Amino acid sequence: MIEVEAGATAISVHFMSDTFEVRSSLQALMDDMEGRDYLPEERGTVELVLAEVLNNVAEHAYEERGDGKIELDMSYVADGIAISLQDFGKPMPGGQTPLGMPANLDVEVDDLPEGGFGWFLIGELAKDLVYERRGDANHLTFRMTLGAS
Amino acid sequence: MELSSSDVADTRVVKVIDTRIDAAVAIQFKDAMRAETEGGPERVVLDLSEVSFIDSSGLGAVVAAKKLLNGSHVLELAGLTPVVDKVFKLTRMDSVFAIHADVNAAVPALAS
Repeated sequence: MIEVEAGATAISVHFMSDTFEVRSSLQALMDDMEGRDYLPEERGTVELVLAEVLNNVAEHAYEERGDGKIELDMSYVADGIAISLQDFGKPMPGGQTPLGMPANLDVEVDDLPEGGFGWFLIGELAKDLVYERRGDANHLTFRMTLGAS
Repeated sequence: MELSSSDVADTRVVKVIDTRIDAAVAIQFKDAMRAETEGGPERVVLDLSEVSFIDSSGLGAVVAAKKLLNGSHVLELAGLTPVVDKVFKLTRMDSVFAIHADVNAAVPALAS
């Protein structure tokens, strides 16, 4: 079961690293944004970046176990949103987030990449991404600028 | 993962009924595409007009479907909604697929 705590300027969601709990949590976050002054496309972009970071936690930090604790805080700030994400899974390899590189698409159809797009999308759409390992927890923070486009 | 398909003028139009192609359904998507296209026309147009959200897992599944069909079918896309369009453009996958504004543009016989 996901736990949601919504306030005037922030929302906090606690859930497990199961793909359907991730979906429900994204839905709770999008429902909260829907009551505020954002365009559907802006909400979609936020949902995309959150889905990418959460899928990464579920697949790599918790190695698809499905029962790892994830805590996500989203704050509404002047120029957009600020995200703080915590999990208790494996650390990022090398102690840092992967460099998201654009995929090489100049290949035969059979050799097209089916993955590796996640960190590239995060890098393109998120700002001030900071990763820290604190004790047995992974902390990821970033911002997204909304509204000014 | 719910898909529906119909044949129009030598084209199999496969419509995604679900509103999301994400990590939760990515694996099912490839199998569902195989089932919907097997033995059908060579040209396949995937109608994504009901899909409001796709993530990188979902994008990978659409690419996997293109690779799976390659040789017997050609996979084209139609009806990309804003977030789906953004994901294809940012990853430059829009250069890999023929993309149509909607199914009527992809299959003119449908519009008439």
